[in-house]
Order: sequence, then C-alpha cells, then structure tokens
Amino acid sequence: MSDADLFAAVERELPAYARSLGIAVDSIEGGSPILVVPFGKIVEGRPTVFHGGATSGLLENAGYAALRVELARADRQQRLKPINVTVQFLSAAKSRPTYARGRVLRLGRRNANIEVEAWQDDRTRPVATAVMNVLMAAPEDGSGS
Amino acid sequence: MASDLPPFDPATAATFMLQHGHPGWLGMRYVAHGADWVELALPWREDLVGETGSGILATGPIVSLMDMASGMAIWTATSEFLAIATLDLRVDYMRPARKGAAVNGRSECYRRTRSAAFVRGIAHDGDPDDPVAHVAGVFMSIGGRRDERR
Repeated sequence: MSDADLFAAVERELPAYARSLGIAVDSIEGGSPILVVPFGKIVEGRPTVFHGGATSGLLENAGYAALRVELARADRQQRLKPINVTVQFLSAAKSRPTYARGRVLRLGRRNANIEVEAWQDDRTRPVATAVMNVLMAAPEDGSGS
Repeated sequence: MASDLPPFDPATAATFMLQHGHPGWLGMRYVAHGADWVELALPWREDLVGETGSGILATGPIVSLMDMASGMAIWTATSEFLAIATLDLRVDYMRPARKGAAVNGRSECYRRTRSAAFVRGIAHDGDPDDPVAHVAGVFMSIGGRRDERR
C-alpha cells in the first residue's frame, strides 16, 4: 500500500470522537501514521494548555491507528477492544498543534502492546507518552449488530 | 495554611469550571462529592462514540472525565484550589459502557504528600458495583507553591 493509500485508509477509520476532537492524519512516516490535533477551546484545560484528557484522546487514537495499520499489513480483520492505557504527562502541552505516533511493540494473536508518544515543536522532547494493551477479537464477536 | 479564599467547593466550582474548554465541550456535569471524592457525569453523545455505529462512548472522554473528577477530588480534599498537573493516569477498561448510556466518574484522593496527590476511582454507567473502568493516578502541585507557603 502506498503512503497516500495508507493516509486515506487511516483517515477513513478515525472514529467519530477523534473527528469531533479535531484529530486528523498529519503524515505517514516509515509506513506508520502520525496524527495531529490543533489547539483550540475544545481541547483546553488550564488557560493556553491542553487538557490531559484531550492529550490522552490523541494518544489512544494514535495507538489504535498504528495497530490498525499493522493488522491490515498482516491481512487480519479484527475488532479492537481496549484493555487499559497508562498515560505519562511529561510537560504541559501548550497552545500549538500536538502530534502523536504509536508503535506496536508486540502483536500477538489475541492482544497487542502499543507505545505512543506525543510531541509539539521538538520531536525529541515528548509532552506525553502512553502504553496501551488492546484485545483483538474476531470481527463478528460481540458486535451485537 | 491561611488563605483569603473560601474553601474549595466542587458544587460551586463546577458551575464555572465545567462550562469552558475541554470539560465544557464534553458537557461534564457535577453529581456529588464527599470529603475527599467528587463524582461527575458525562452525558452520552453520538459524536463521542469510539467506533462508528456502536453507540458506545469512546474511551478518550472517559479518561477526560476521570482526570477532571480526580483534580476536583484533590482540591476538595485539600480545600484549596492550587495549581496541579496530572503526572500519570492509568485506566483499566472492565467492559464497554452500555449503548447510549451516560458515564459517571467518581474519584477519591486517598493520599497526599507535600507535592504529590494519589487518586483512584471508577467510571460506571448506572451501577457503581459494576464499573466500566478502574482508574489510578498521581498528580503533582505545580511550582512548589505549597512549600513556599508551608
């Protein structure tokens, strides 16, 4: 899949919540998606600073996007169910766009472990990181629809 | 700890704190509080769904809810509105929230040191004994203000 196709596929699969929050695909780097969210009132906590919940929302979505890409690459179609997320807040995310990229550290049959980093101007100084565990179920399992 | 400000009251604070920014956008509401805990509610909304067509709230807004309830629990426990920052927050998702259900988040500040505050809480969609998520976190006071004030 070309980077342009990958870009379109990742964008297509962003959930309603991600779109509402203003999350978009920024670019594809080394075959893995970078998501971005602009600063604005809807992500603001303390004045001029991102709310930790909004940063977490970006991190989680970047984690899921990275996992969906890996699953598509392995030709696997599975439903993703969150097990947990641990977010580390390293410094205040200021009134500028925040980027995030996930890396799938382990892709098992049933579960995946993903590491995600979020940054602003300086890629080498992340503002927050997350570790996620995700369960991967059969497509029809528990869908109820 | 003399202060010119009245003690922090989450019910009163919610009337302005939850009107603006990210909590305002999510539509968080105050529900209840005790000496060291605060419960907020997050109404269900179609545009906050985590998987198209599922009708189930995304996990992101639940993290926001728990972060906010935790911060307010700390201010309630200390009676003071000090600048704090989330250091670390862990959310274990027990099960999806029910389709179309609002989610409540209750967080308790169970331990405070000079510069750190430890919180734990649950998110539930009606029955606190059957939580949607368990949460644990640590917050830090910003700028060592407490030290300066003793």
